[in-house]
This record gives sequence, structure tokens and C-alpha cells, in this order.
Amino acid sequence: MSVPNQAAALRVAIVGAGPSGLYAAVELLRRDARATVELYDRQPCFGGLVRSGVSPDHAERRRVSAFYERLALASGRFRFHGNVEIGERISHADLCHHHDAVIYASGLSADRSLGIAGEDLPGSHAASDFVAWYNGHPDHAQRHYDFDHERAVVVGNGNVALDVARMLLLGAARLRHTDIAEHALQALAGSRIREVVILGRRGPAQASFTAPELLELIEQDEFEVVIENDNSFQHPAEADPGIALRLRLFEEIRRRPGSAGARRLVLRFLATPLEIVGGERVTAIRVADNELVAHADGALRARAGTSTHVIDAGLVFRSVGYRGRPPAGLPFDAATGVVPNRAGRVFDPRGGDQYRGVYVAGWLKRGPRGVIGSNKPCSRETVDALLQDAAAGKLECVADRDALDALLAECGADRVDYKGWKAIDEQERLNGLACGRPRVKLVEMTDLLAAARAPARRRAA
Amino acid sequence: MAYVILGTCINDAACVDVCPVACIHPAPAEAGFATADMLYIDPQICIDCNACAEACPINAIVREQDLTPKLLRYKTLNAEMALARSKVA
Repeated sequence: MSVPNQAAALRVAIVGAGPSGLYAAVELLRRDARATVELYDRQPCFGGLVRSGVSPDHAERRRVSAFYERLALASGRFRFHGNVEIGERISHADLCHHHDAVIYASGLSADRSLGIAGEDLPGSHAASDFVAWYNGHPDHAQRHYDFDHERAVVVGNGNVALDVARMLLLGAARLRHTDIAEHALQALAGSRIREVVILGRRGPAQASFTAPELLELIEQDEFEVVIENDNSFQHPAEADPGIALRLRLFEEIRRRPGSAGARRLVLRFLATPLEIVGGERVTAIRVADNELVAHADGALRARAGTSTHVIDAGLVFRSVGYRGRPPAGLPFDAATGVVPNRAGRVFDPRGGDQYRGVYVAGWLKRGPRGVIGSNKPCSRETVDALLQDAAAGKLECVADRDALDALLAECGADRVDYKGWKAIDEQERLNGLACGRPRVKLVEMTDLLAAARAPARRRAA
Repeated sequence: MAYVILGTCINDAACVDVCPVACIHPAPAEAGFATADMLYIDPQICIDCNACAEACPINAIVREQDLTPKLLRYKTLNAEMALARSKVA
């Protein structure tokens, strides 16, 4: 759809340079040949969770960010404003005033808690924080983890739980060839962890591990994989081909010969954590054995039995999902954990009125689910809504481009533009070349900003 | 011979947009896309045109004959998923 009769070209702000923001930017630039996109991120870097969430041993997936980044740039109608947090020097109202529309694609960054005793003990951590730490996110680089106990427990049955387990078990010899943050590589090189236990409340058929990640467990030879409390035999005739495939892969894991490897991963099903145990720090986790009960709607839910077990562990990671806080100025539905929206249009849940020119995409819009590519149709739907509203004359930009540039100038010298991000990117690659790694990330904000400001010096080097 | 999607697939579906014979599933408009673990190529229909491999933003599609021994498993996986789909349909 085009917007031929519009007096001025659309100027759209997108908040968040992760997958949903990049997909939205490229879609908008492709669909409207005159539109300009101003992409904001609180980090000076592109990628969002592609940079700080995707596991270092899956770095091929990070290429997606550079791919869409280049597509956006090739339009000639795209600018990046990194290290700009909306709600600080630039407010939501500022964004609305200086753009025809604003798309929030800033995701969900807080973790869900387990709601059990002992969760605040030292040694009990959010998996999302640990992931950000080993990926070198500057907000998390200062964290400290003790790998001095032989066992760690990860609560949750999604791919993030498997990511955490692999990072703890792969060993420094393997991790050294990845783009894992240097501080994490050093810390994990001294790890005493021999076993990681992943706990799931239900069985293999209900777990959210995807088939490629299960296949990866079969193909790797760095650690042994053991399945405990398997109830797959109770549901042999699985009709969903996707789940049937996963169950076949679990069966292969079960039949896989035990390796002589010193480390092992235990996938323990039908277990609900009751309490994280410890005095000064975590020493164990107490779990209840579950059984699965069919409910009226056909769903199988876990019911805690009477028998409990104590698993000794020095670290407990909770990996039971993400939740978010609303961006300042937007409504938020705490129950569903998303910004109330219809096909991406933000609306007031009480009055039902549309927030004119305000849209959401990605996890803020649909909740923390799906893979990277799930954001593409999601962002496309939001851009559809935006362009329909533009064609209907519902969008309006009060200030002109000069006013926007004046506003951006108020952010000061710390704002990182696209050239600044490329300078960071090149510096990290150069640092990697020097030690045979694909990339060594800059993890301190001062270093990131210094690299962003020094493109001329770097080119000379 | 056919092309094969590897486990690094992120369901970007740029391949679906360019495939001239619609042999890559599930497409974003098809049932199952939202919950698909990965996309796959139906080897019975693939015409070896290379368009998908060029379009993939993360190089997750390779020619069958270029699969390394460790990746050979994905040839079977693509074929299995295609068969499962045709049984359901």
C-alpha cells in the first residue's frame, strides 16, 4: 500500500534495535518509498537479544541483525540513535511530537520469578541475567557467579534453559572459539561444575525445547545427557507432528550411549521446585515429584505428589520466562504482560480509545514467545496498521526535521549514530582477530563509547 | 538432489518468499508457522534453484551434496518433516 496523497513523507520512530524493531524498519522502508525511520536503542549497539540473548555457540544466528541493518541502511532513509533511552532525555511525548508515529519494539527484559522461598539467596539467579552476562551486555558485565560447586540446577523447559546448561558444560576449550564475553570465558574456565540438572514440571511432550536444540544434544560429544522421570510412554500416539518429532529425538537421547565425558546434563521431568535451600548462599533445591492430570479442556497439568527430593547445588537459575514493564507513557496489562493493542495499535484498555500514532511490535505486543523470525509477520502486521492509519489521515507530525535534530543534539555527545555502531562492531572484530576469536565484545559502556567515537584512529591502525 | 535447511533456522522465511515452487514449509500464512521449530524443504519438490540459499539472512540453507557428515542428519529431518506434513494434509 502506498500513501500517494500525503503532503509530507512519514517520519516514524522505532524504539528498540532488536529483531522486531529491525523487521518493522525494513518493512516500513520497503512499503512506503518516502518514509524515513529513526531507530532508537538504549544500547549503542544493534541487535537487541540477537546480540545479548542468542547463545555464543549459535552465533550464526546473529547474522540476521547485520542483514536487516544493511537493508535498512540501503534505503538511505534510515538513521540510528544508540545509547538513547526513551524516558530519560527524550520522553514519550517528545517522540510523538517529532514523528508521525512511534513503534515500540523494546521487548521484555525482566525475568519471571518462581515465587518460592530462598529465591533471593546468593547463588539463585535469573537465567536472563546470566545470559546477558556471558553475552557481554554492559548492564550485566559486573555480575559475579560462583562456579565452585559441582552441580547447577536450571528451572524451566525452554531453549534458554538449554543455552544456560550448554554454557555451563561445554568447557573453555570449546567456548574459546565463540564470541562469549571475555570475563565469562575466564570465569567458566575455572568452573568446577560437572553436572547441570534441568527441571521441568511436566514431561518431554510438554517441554518447549525445539527440535534443532534437541538434535544438537544428540550430535555433541562434550557431555553426557541423561533423562529422568520420563513419562513419554504414557502418551505414545502423539498426533502433532512437531511434538512427535521432539519425542523421537528424546528417544534418541535416551538410547545414546553414555559417553566417557566427565560432565553430564540431566533432563529431569515431572518435578516442581518447592524451596531453594541455603544459609549464606544456595546449597540445594527441594523439589516435589509430579504427576500429570488431564483437565476438562484436555490440557495435561502437573500436580505435585507427596514425595519430595533435595538436590544439592551451588547455583540455581530460573528460566521460566520473561515479563516486562511498560514503556513510560504507554498502558500495560499486567495479567497478560503485554501492551494492550489491536494488530499493533496501542489502545486504552478502559475507554478503548486508540493512542494516536502509537504502535507496538514484538514481545511487547504478543508476549515472550516465538523464535527470531516470529517477529517478522508480527512487525509486518503493525506496519500494515500504521500505513492504514497514515492513509486515513490519522497521523500527524507536529515538529519538523530540524526540530528533531535539535532535540537529538540535547542528548549530547553520548548519542551513538550508525557510524559509531559500525566503529564498535569493527573494533570488536579486530579484537577477535588478534586472538583467533570471531569477536571480542566491548562490555564497559566507557569502552563502547570510546570505540564509537574513534573511527578515524581505527581506520589508520 | 535438493537443498536442506539446517537447525540454525530462525524462521525468518525470506526463503519462502523467493521459492518458485513453494516447497518450503510452514510458510507464514500456513497453519503451524507460529509454533514451528524450524522451516524445512520438501526434497520431492525442490528444483535446486539456489534462490532460498541466496535469500537466507543467516546462511542456514545448503545444497544436499555440501552437507558435512555432522549436518547430514538435517537431510533426513527435512524429508521427515515434509512427509509428516503430507500425511496430515
